[in-house]
Amino acid sequence: MELLSNLGLGFSVAFTTTNLLYCFLGVLLGTLIGVLPGIGPIATIAMLLPVTFTLPPVSALIMLAGIYYGAQYGGSTTAILVNLPGESSSVVTALDGYQMARQGRAGVALATAGLGSFFAGCVATFLLAAAAPPLAEIAFKFGPAEYFSLMTLGLVLAVVLAHGSVIKAVAMILLGILLGFVGQDVNSGIPRFTFGIPEIQDKLEFVCVAMGMFGFAEIIRNLEKKGDRDVFTNEVHGLMPSKKDFKDAAPAVVRGTLLGSILGILPGGGAILASFSAYTLEKKLAKDPSTFGKGDIRGVAAPESANNAAAQTSFVPLLTLGIPPNPVMALMVGAMIIQGIQPGPLVMTSKPDLFWGLIVSMWIGNLMLIILNLPLIGIWVKLLKIPYRLLYPAILAFCCIGVYSVNNAAVDVYLTAFFGLVGYVLIKLDCEPAPLLLGLILGPMMEENLRRAMLLSRGDPMTFVERPLSAVLLGVAVVLLALVFAPAIKKKREEAFQEAD
Amino acid sequence: MQRRATLAALLAGFGLILCGPAAAQGKYPDKPIRYIIPFAPGGESDIGARLQQPYFKKKFGQELIVESKPGAGGALAWSQANTFPPDGYTLISTNLPHLVLQPLEGLVQYKTADIDNVYFYHYTPDAIVVRNESPFKTYADLVAAAKAKPNEVTFAGSGTNSANHLAKERFDQVAGVSTSYVPFKGTGDLVASLIGGHVSAAMSYVTLAIAQKGRARMLAIATEKRHPQFPEVPTFKELGIDWVDGAYRGLAVPKGTPANIRKAVSDMFSEINNDPEFRQKMADGGFELVDITVDKVPAFMAERSRVYVDVAKRMGLVK
Repeated sequence: MELLSNLGLGFSVAFTTTNLLYCFLGVLLGTLIGVLPGIGPIATIAMLLPVTFTLPPVSALIMLAGIYYGAQYGGSTTAILVNLPGESSSVVTALDGYQMARQGRAGVALATAGLGSFFAGCVATFLLAAAAPPLAEIAFKFGPAEYFSLMTLGLVLAVVLAHGSVIKAVAMILLGILLGFVGQDVNSGIPRFTFGIPEIQDKLEFVCVAMGMFGFAEIIRNLEKKGDRDVFTNEVHGLMPSKKDFKDAAPAVVRGTLLGSILGILPGGGAILASFSAYTLEKKLAKDPSTFGKGDIRGVAAPESANNAAAQTSFVPLLTLGIPPNPVMALMVGAMIIQGIQPGPLVMTSKPDLFWGLIVSMWIGNLMLIILNLPLIGIWVKLLKIPYRLLYPAILAFCCIGVYSVNNAAVDVYLTAFFGLVGYVLIKLDCEPAPLLLGLILGPMMEENLRRAMLLSRGDPMTFVERPLSAVLLGVAVVLLALVFAPAIKKKREEAFQEAD
Repeated sequence: MQRRATLAALLAGFGLILCGPAAAQGKYPDKPIRYIIPFAPGGESDIGARLQQPYFKKKFGQELIVESKPGAGGALAWSQANTFPPDGYTLISTNLPHLVLQPLEGLVQYKTADIDNVYFYHYTPDAIVVRNESPFKTYADLVAAAKAKPNEVTFAGSGTNSANHLAKERFDQVAGVSTSYVPFKGTGDLVASLIGGHVSAAMSYVTLAIAQKGRARMLAIATEKRHPQFPEVPTFKELGIDWVDGAYRGLAVPKGTPANIRKAVSDMFSEINNDPEFRQKMADGGFELVDITVDKVPAFMAERSRVYVDVAKRMGLVK
């Protein structure tokens, strides 16, 4: 019953004209940048952060959240029609979605992605509402030692689930943690690894690294891909899936939603990871896996449900523990702090209107998205006809304005360009940039909690294994790590990811 | 109508990005002012600034945009204070004794004289706060525990070489005990650890006890007389300890800001401080208002510095 009254509060907040408008603005922008390849939610949210200064906190967060889950809808459109992931979480959708489009079933693929996302969005919103309050209670049991162990587990998880070589994933995370050390030490204020450059005295601006690696580098990579870029723009009709389609897609949607919800909650997870894992799972469960990659509807339904579910449940660790499980949530932390909200277990009790308003807005946003993305699909298709020679420079210009506006510093633009190059080299070397960003986000938080835990235990590192919760978390991390390196599993894992490629 | 207003706000936001560094001309303030808070949200500096916000808008017609830049007990933001344009559109919230004590230790990247304080608006009295379930019912319980197990009693506090850090050292000295200090990025950052029982107590301010009423309580408070909202909590004086102190807060501008703007900032915040409705809200929150205008700042800083250096020397914080 308490849940109902809480949701009631949420509706009263989310249903104001202002908040509905910002929710719409968020999902509209999200769809737009989702459709456009080369620009993602990270770059967009980073760009809009300074604008949110002047907004009321609830409206700001509602809009930013809308961009994230909205992008999951939009990303699939491009993946299906152009065989280019509009969003990195739609990479696998392109495999079967594009094939469906070639077979003249583009409408069905789009509808499956849209309806699957909507179902996942509803389930994930409900999960968030139901799971967050008890989790926030548990969060009080988390002291510095537990936080440290949980983040360690998150990083290990990112390694286990990373796409590709384990060693490379570990290296990326460690590099990220190292980059996180740049700047003033949190306890004493002494600068570290700044090499006398005044602009990085404070810290390496996360937005620069993220935009460079996900914005600039992605565009360079997309420019490389020539070849078949047929846009199936005139063949989008017959949106309604047939009875058989429904029968095939429904179980995949449910599985994708569940897997996505779980992966979203775990630190280190998020939409990208969820879509890859869901696709792999479907292929494993299929009686005849050879239909995948040739236009199997399950290959669209599962990853699209999973990425939307994960985009929403990744708010759980943010709102309950104050830990950002992925780069987008790290930006949300920034947005919350700007608005004077300390992310963590106290948000729910001290700002219930914000907490429940945000959750309810997600459901409303999903409703808006299904309308935006199915009946109005034609508008988005037109967007895809813009030639890339016009589109990419425009996106780059927007990214530069966005980066510059964070601190009004030209150096940040150069830094972004530098990390764009770094990101491109890493992509060429088959090193995923996502674990690096996670290390960059979680590294400083881990250090802070490690030092606090050590102060509390008076320098005794045993505190991490003597405290039961912390010991369990570390134990799980060790087991996972051991499993990845175990020869038999290592081989299986490589096979699984090979297939997903 | 509302839609138009929100759209206008959005456009204004974009405008802010595009013409951020535009020079101040004519009437001051004629555009939003950035107000940097060097601590995590939910702490005293943040709460105080957010209480000032609506009055600033009402009286002077411009937004006061609060921005958190937490780290190193405030030193992170203060060492950047003079990198902002000295045009009156960036204000930095400052704290005492932090500004005096941190440079004394010599590790932070600013000197006390680097910070151009133009006004001090309030202070918050020191207080020892424990969570409701804490086994310590009185100040004596806490001292007894600290005596029985040296270094095992842990105090959470905001920042290193801060008011809380100094107060914790003072507690150790007057009680003749040895306890551990665990710095957080601000009071807002330590609340979850205090309520969750991961630290024995917080060396904080009355404001924390007010904000967490029902979940946390105070053992002693560093005021002259008992606090009207907590008639049951003894003062240190009653416990036989000469301890009436707290953290002062004010604001600074980047070095080189013209004298007329420094005066204008001081006048504006003084006017807010004298608003009866604002005074009531601050008192409810546990803030004690002061009115140290720009002309009185040098004498005030000199007097406070003397006191802090003296206390810090006695505590052994500095040589």
